Amino acid sequence: MTLLSSMTQGLAGGLMIGASASIMLLAAGRIAGVSGLFARTIGLTKACGPDGLAAGFVVGLPLGAGALVLLTGPIEMRFPPLAMLLIGGLLVGYGARLGSGCTSGHGVCGLSRLSKRSLVATGVFMSVAAATVAAMNAAGLAW
Amino acid sequence: MVKSSTLLGLLSGAIFGLGLAVSGMADPARVRGFLDVFGAFDPTLAFVMIGALAPMAIAWRVMRRLERPLAAESFDLPPTSPIDVRLVSGAAIFGLGWGVAGLCPGPALADLALAPLAVAPFVAAMALGMVLQRLTAQKM
Repeated sequence: MTLLSSMTQGLAGGLMIGASASIMLLAAGRIAGVSGLFARTIGLTKACGPDGLAAGFVVGLPLGAGALVLLTGPIEMRFPPLAMLLIGGLLVGYGARLGSGCTSGHGVCGLSRLSKRSLVATGVFMSVAAATVAAMNAAGLAW
Repeated sequence: MVKSSTLLGLLSGAIFGLGLAVSGMADPARVRGFLDVFGAFDPTLAFVMIGALAPMAIAWRVMRRLERPLAAESFDLPPTSPIDVRLVSGAAIFGLGWGVAGLCPGPALADLALAPLAVAPFVAAMALGMVLQRLTAQKM
């Protein structure tokens, strides 16, 4: 894929994500934070809005992604080995709840709000993630 | 009867999931490429963030002029301070996991439609991580 088309697709997809988060904020009065909405859906918290809103969002995510595949055909994807999926998933779930948010809540909603908590959280998780990838590459664990 | 809040969530979630798939960020290898700043850097995620932040910056301005949300009783938003150990350590643990797997919660759930068998272990482990956090939090 050329750089230009990946930039255009990134911007277009980003605008849709921003539109979705805007609907959640202006219509439902809530943050489109996926980790919180997922935790609410599996019964771990009473925050993040009414049950139906959270569950609807969590079900909608794969439906929207699946719709694109139906329209344009399969997307090329590559996943890490099983051990990394399991370790990564555990850390992502634990850390997102402890830090009250993930890439969507802190990154998209919080940064655009100029929230101090989200500016710090996003800076920390971006830096740690980049350092982790660099360390894994150095250790021969790139995938 | 399906509640209107459920439909609102479904609509927002579907637009979000569509955006993730269009942007290329449903692919963990692409996300890893963005995080690989000292290696084979792929800048796409930066454009996704720019695209997402622009409408949201406007939405926050509109929100300040609204008495209440268009389809709910009241706004219920998280605090913007303080910066404490819990926030920073949580973000660090999250970043470690994101770097290891190239997946965060949004793309992981969206991928349940695109590569269910491949992403299922991550989603299960993520749910377990959230349960463990809740169990330890109650003892703190």
